[in-house]
Amino acid sequence: MSDSDILSAGPVPEPADSKAIASLHFDPTAPLLDVQELRVDFHTHEGVAHAVNGVSFTLEAGRTLGILGESGCGKSVTAQAIMGILDSPPARVVGGRVLLSGVDLLTLNEDDRRQVRANRIGMVFQDALSALNPVFKVGWQLGELFRKRLGYSRTQARHEAVRLLDLVGIPAAAQRVDDYPHQFSGGMRQRVMIAMALALDPDVIIADEPTTALDVTVQAQIMKLLADLQAERNMGLILITHDIGVVADVADDICVMYAGREVEKADVYSIYDKPAHPYTQALLESIPRVDMKGKQLASIQGLPPNLTQMPPGCAFHPRCRFARQRCRDDTPPLYTVSPGRLSACHFFQEVLDT
Amino acid sequence: MGSTSPATEDPGAVPTGTPARGPSASGSIWKDAGRQLIRNPVFIVCSLIVLVVVSWALFPTLWTDKGKLECDININRTPPSWFPGTPPPGYDTDLDGYPLGTTTLGCDMYSQLIWGARPSIVVAVVVTALTALIGTTLGLWAGYYGGRVDTVISRVTDIFLGLPFLLGALLFLALLKSQSIWAVILVLVVLGWTQMARIVRGTALSLRDQDFVEAARAMGATNHRIILRHILPNALAPIIVLCTIYIGSFIAAEATLTFLGVGLKPPEVSWGITIAQGQAFAVAGFPHLLVFPCTVLVVTVLSFILMGDALRDALDPKGR
Amino acid sequence: MSEVVLAAADVRKYFPITAGVFKRTVGQVQAVDGVSLELYEGETLGIVGESGCGKSTLARVLMGLIPATSGSIRLEGEELVGMKPARLRQIRRDVQIIFQDPYSSLDPRMTVGNIIGEPFEIHTEVAPKGDRRRRVEELLEVVGLSPEHINRYPHQFSGGQRQRIGIARALALRPKVIICDEPVSALDISVQAQVVNLLENLQDEFGLSYIFVAHDLSVVRHISDRVAVMYLGKLMELGTEDQIYERPMHPYTQALLSAVPVPDPRLRGRREQIVLTGDLPSAADPPSGCRFRTRCWKAQDICAEQEPVLEVRAHGDHPSACHFAEVKVVTRATH
Ligand SMILES: Nc1ncnc2c1ncn2[C@@H]1O[C@H](COP(=O)(O)OP(=O)(O)O)[C@@H](O)[C@H]1O
Ligand SMILES: Nc1ncnc2c1ncn2[C@@H]1O[C@H](COP(=O)(O)OP(=O)(O)O)[C@@H](O)[C@H]1O
Ligand code: SF4
Ligand SMILES: [Mg+2]
Ligand SMILES: [Mg+2]
Repeated sequence: MSDSDILSAGPVPEPADSKAIASLHFDPTAPLLDVQELRVDFHTHEGVAHAVNGVSFTLEAGRTLGILGESGCGKSVTAQAIMGILDSPPARVVGGRVLLSGVDLLTLNEDDRRQVRANRIGMVFQDALSALNPVFKVGWQLGELFRKRLGYSRTQARHEAVRLLDLVGIPAAAQRVDDYPHQFSGGMRQRVMIAMALALDPDVIIADEPTTALDVTVQAQIMKLLADLQAERNMGLILITHDIGVVADVADDICVMYAGREVEKADVYSIYDKPAHPYTQALLESIPRVDMKGKQLASIQGLPPNLTQMPPGCAFHPRCRFARQRCRDDTPPLYTVSPGRLSACHFFQEVLDT
Repeated sequence: MGSTSPATEDPGAVPTGTPARGPSASGSIWKDAGRQLIRNPVFIVCSLIVLVVVSWALFPTLWTDKGKLECDININRTPPSWFPGTPPPGYDTDLDGYPLGTTTLGCDMYSQLIWGARPSIVVAVVVTALTALIGTTLGLWAGYYGGRVDTVISRVTDIFLGLPFLLGALLFLALLKSQSIWAVILVLVVLGWTQMARIVRGTALSLRDQDFVEAARAMGATNHRIILRHILPNALAPIIVLCTIYIGSFIAAEATLTFLGVGLKPPEVSWGITIAQGQAFAVAGFPHLLVFPCTVLVVTVLSFILMGDALRDALDPKGR
Repeated sequence: MSEVVLAAADVRKYFPITAGVFKRTVGQVQAVDGVSLELYEGETLGIVGESGCGKSTLARVLMGLIPATSGSIRLEGEELVGMKPARLRQIRRDVQIIFQDPYSSLDPRMTVGNIIGEPFEIHTEVAPKGDRRRRVEELLEVVGLSPEHINRYPHQFSGGQRQRIGIARALALRPKVIICDEPVSALDISVQAQVVNLLENLQDEFGLSYIFVAHDLSVVRHISDRVAVMYLGKLMELGTEDQIYERPMHPYTQALLSAVPVPDPRLRGRREQIVLTGDLPSAADPPSGCRFRTRCWKAQDICAEQEPVLEVRAHGDHPSACHFAEVKVVTRATH
């Protein structure tokens, strides 16, 4: 395994080349991260799966965007497309723009892309154990970023590694730098992942289900850590999750995805108060609440569609209680419900009124 | 690795997050595997070769009308006329009815190869069957029961694995002082079952902790039933793959032992014997004595092994 | 009050830790350490706690799938600990289990019909041979699947559907108790609700008792009549759903409840969040005295010296195992 393979899914340490990134003209006045009409296809033997189908959102510094949706709806693929770490084939980015401070990442060459990935966007994965290399000490993997990127010496890099581990709240960091990933508990490993993502002081952190594998007690610790770090460094945070509770606690804005599309986008308060899309509404209703004790939980009948054979019209119509003929015929655009609030439902008004 | 597998789309290979394990439209894994194998040219070619060789072993008279020992020492070591190079003086090259020339003892090379298939295949198939039986049984017990049963079986396996194959075989055969086909089979089985046992043990060990085994136990199923109904069927794929590869390896092993003089002995006819007899003269201007039997041997062994590989790829759920 | 179906008294399960070629025992994982509880007819007993605290082990010990190290487990008065294997297999009929992972819980080489029909092959007295197919089709219908799916293989179904197949299999022998080991944890919320509803309907229809193990506290609250809170092999608190969620006494229960994110942004910062430091200690070497003391914000010297027993404490109406047990509401907004 070569060095560059070690972390090919993470903030990859590549040979330092600071000129390449200097040649890019980041515009500090442009939005921090602006994703426009992103499309990703997968070519499978069952046909072409449109895993991401025109996703757009904007993230400003210091804000948290929650991307919410059931498994398979395209959350991770969206994140990987932004990072530029999709496996192609089978994946192909077939459209859209990913603007980081005004620079379209999708048009960059591979070297620049790596630079940006390492220096400006950090990623935290759900499964820290498989994202970290099992045969290298944690401190070495962290230090590698500094050695390769910034040309630090071994002792300097090690020093930085200890500082980072300490920053993410790993007790006795000076000793633990010499441990291997499997010697850490799940929560501690996730902290190490966060340390890696933070190492080069990125502007954006993408956390893909960072706490899904953890217990609630540890989840609370990790979410607090992420929120504190974000506030301290004024980073943009994209929090991907299927847990409606987690995003409610930390996100500023929410983007709900279904079958590769965004179906609703709004600030967190309005969406939880009055959802404007039947899917969001049904999701919120299916959480067990105290007043539902002894009653049937509201559930969404049926299953999400097969992405290779999407139903015509609105992809949600086979499971939607508001569905009528128009939903089967026309694909709903993203209607503006109110300023800054979007819903991909022909009958959003009706949904709001129920 | 895996370059022979035509399927590259792997929904389970999402680098992060939950693997996209959706419902699939097809039937059982054997049917899926069959469908994939039919489209695999390597598998098709290999299985055709295997079919031909097996039919040599089963019905040699379909392929040749010369007898097994129908030889004429006067025309020995004659290369076929189309064979490149000039034979040493005094050797004819245009014998009619000897498409591959003659052997060291003056038999028809072509029919010797046909007749030689039987002992090789018989040894390999019988050894593989016995190996699979012993290895699977012990492997299933060790893996499923664990504990003391496992410790005993594993230690015995380790001891046998520690024996170098060739040295062990030479030693056993020398001690047995018998060079019948049965002696060879016995020796190969004794030395060959360990790897099978280890692989089956590993499979059984991982299956034992699966929830469906626990569910069967919760229903009140006996261990016997669980092993036969749940563990064995799920371990079958690796066993079958291994068996296919084993047949190839044991054909080679038999030839090796025979070549070294401790395996089969004339008047038995086998590929190993033909090679052994030919090697002395091959460098003395009669390369065909080695080229033909070795080609047959290598192609056959390779066919079995590639077939096993293709089967493994097809049965591996990750390949789809 | 209704009858006790399953009663456990001081149940322990220690797993030996072995080392070396000869598997010498070098220590013990105290996965379950002195648990006593009762399960009543028709009720649901929830068991919550962090992963690794011994929930699954307890569930399996209770149904005799893993032999207990010591203690007593009575199924309708009959002692399971030390029971002859043949008899144990026989009475297994009465306690069945549903698993968390919808992928490993069904034998991939068997058709759905054979999976659900297997219990009838083991307990041949339950259904005569000719009747089995009909029974299997009936079961498929009960759990909301089409009887036409009888010849399909598990991988042709989605996670939620597979969970239904597992439920049908557990129902086949008409058990009295079903142990649900995180049955909805691997499912998406929308599907989760479908399965929870199904479990509740089946309970009413067949008079089942459930032991419902989960780490999702809101699902447990929805489905359970009583809840047991487990920490490192021991019960910390035991009470009705209302007692545990509205009037938790034990600091651990309070921390656990307060850590659950609430799907309501307006409660942000208005709820007391008790963030525990550190991870679950090793069950091979648990802390002395109270096992929770290493992460507890109330711990005093006595907690290290004396183990708090699970009993009804002053000002409390249900048993909790803390020297300083005290009601503290954590599920509602504080200001
Ligand atoms: N390697 C792959 N091969 C084929 N399809 C894939 C692959 N990875 C993802 N997909 C498809 O993309 C869809 C979205 O996946 P993903 O973004 O991982 O979902 P999630 O929202 O759970 O993170 C999946 O439903 C799947 O069909
Ligand atoms: N078969 C086993 N052998 C050894 N230790 C075990 C075994 N099963 C579980 N354990 C240990 O027992 C403890 C409790 O595990 P488990 O019951 O699975 O917890 P939970 O279900 O609450 O996550 C853990 O520390 C685990 O490592
Ligand atoms: S007994 Fe002590 S350590 Fe244990 S929970 Fe109560 S206060 Fe905390
Ligand atoms: Mg994902
Ligand atoms: Mg468990």
